[in-house]
Amino acid sequence: MTLAVGCRARPGKSRDNKTGSWRVFRPVFDKEKCTKCGLCITLCPEGCISETEDEFVIPDYTYCKGCGICAKECPGKGIGMLQEEK
Amino acid sequence: MVDKTLELFDCGHRACGGCGAALAARMVTKAAGTNTIVVSSTGCMEVFSTPYPETAWKVPWIHSLFENAAAVASGIEASLKKQGRNEKVVIMAGDGATFDIGMICISGAFERGHDFTYICYDNEAYMNTGIQRSGATPYDASTTTSPAGKCSFGNKRPKKDMPQILAAHGSPYVATTSIAYPADLMQKVEKAINTRGPCYVQIHAPCCTGWGFEGEQTIAIAKLAIETGLWVNYEMVEGKVVKAKKVVRKPVEEYLKTQKRFRHLFKPTRQDAEIAAIQAIADRNAEKYGIDIKLRKE
Ligand SMILES: Cc1ncc(C[n+]2csc(CCOP(=O)(O)OP(=O)(O)O)c2C)c(N)n1
Ligand code: SF4
Ligand code: SF4
Ligand code: SF4
Ligand SMILES: [Mg+2]
Repeated sequence: MTLAVGCRARPGKSRDNKTGSWRVFRPVFDKEKCTKCGLCITLCPEGCISETEDEFVIPDYTYCKGCGICAKECPGKGIGMLQEEK
Repeated sequence: MVDKTLELFDCGHRACGGCGAALAARMVTKAAGTNTIVVSSTGCMEVFSTPYPETAWKVPWIHSLFENAAAVASGIEASLKKQGRNEKVVIMAGDGATFDIGMICISGAFERGHDFTYICYDNEAYMNTGIQRSGATPYDASTTTSPAGKCSFGNKRPKKDMPQILAAHGSPYVATTSIAYPADLMQKVEKAINTRGPCYVQIHAPCCTGWGFEGEQTIAIAKLAIETGLWVNYEMVEGKVVKAKKVVRKPVEEYLKTQKRFRHLFKPTRQDAEIAAIQAIADRNAEKYGIDIKLRKE
């Protein structure tokens, strides 16, 4: 591998690394129970949850590691963790 | 005001699922904003965010060594000043880098009075190299260099009072906070960055791998640290404590029981004297910072 001067890298180049493949459990969001409080967005260590156009929240499964923080902290208990089938 | 929609710490970083330090990086960069230069010391955050040629940072970022982040930041700040530029310099360093090996560089930089914000993400041991104790490791925690066993209950020394040390250097703003309280964290980081001179923010950032718990528990455990009085969120302005988060305190056991690093206090036999010693640490914290909410007597 050739190194760039100063070992510099393009901002956000980490997106090349699709950490979703690490996932053992998948968070599944229940639209009915969601109050759109935004807590899951704030607390996700990956920063991979965002609001959709109809103001629902959804994780980006390309990067979600399935840590379960969103499910544990959701005040409405609106997120379930389902085992991935591989 | 903090723009909460700003994401300057990107996806694809290689932290363990549920990593408290990764969440700290996200929140700190949100609070700091785009006009920021980040300096990291060697450690988990540096390693998981920048396996070359990848980087999760979307602001200028530099890493040199384990021990010298404060010196690198000093040079950057002096250069920016000379050039008449206004970027904010923020250091993000682990507890080992801060409490132990970086102490000389930190002391020098705070003494010289550079205008930067030093942030320590405190996961209470040297995690990147395999969970060795640091000056930030709490009393009785089992680590690979303070293992609990027949002759020992784990780390023999109490946590070093780093905020007090930096307040004694004349730092205008010193604060402690926790990833479990995002609004508090971002407000304190913003305040530190906007205060002239060398400021210090210490963030409690639980580590599922090093402390021994499931990643989903990270926030819950960080909250319990506050609720038991083993971690206090407070602010010091010009060396004086001006604000501390008050709680209705829970017994320390509720925190200790959640983590494998304290398992030897409960199994094979319960160690009442050691648990009482840790309760005494929480009691002293409560007294010192006045955090107890007194419930009305029946
Ligand atoms: C001078 C020097 N000594 C030792 C190391 C090895 N080393 C790299 S990271 C690290 C521990 C970092 O601990 P901390 O600052 O608490 O960060 P954490 O990994 O816990 O996030 C050590 C000992 C090094 N890189 N340089
Ligand atoms: S935490 Fe739960 S209720 Fe709040 S936005 Fe997320 S899914 Fe909806
Ligand atoms: S499981 Fe973890 S990584 Fe995935 S969306 Fe929830 S908080 Fe984020
Ligand atoms: S070892 Fe701890 S601090 Fe390091 S990446 Fe894993 S959870 Fe984060
Ligand atoms: Mg550490």
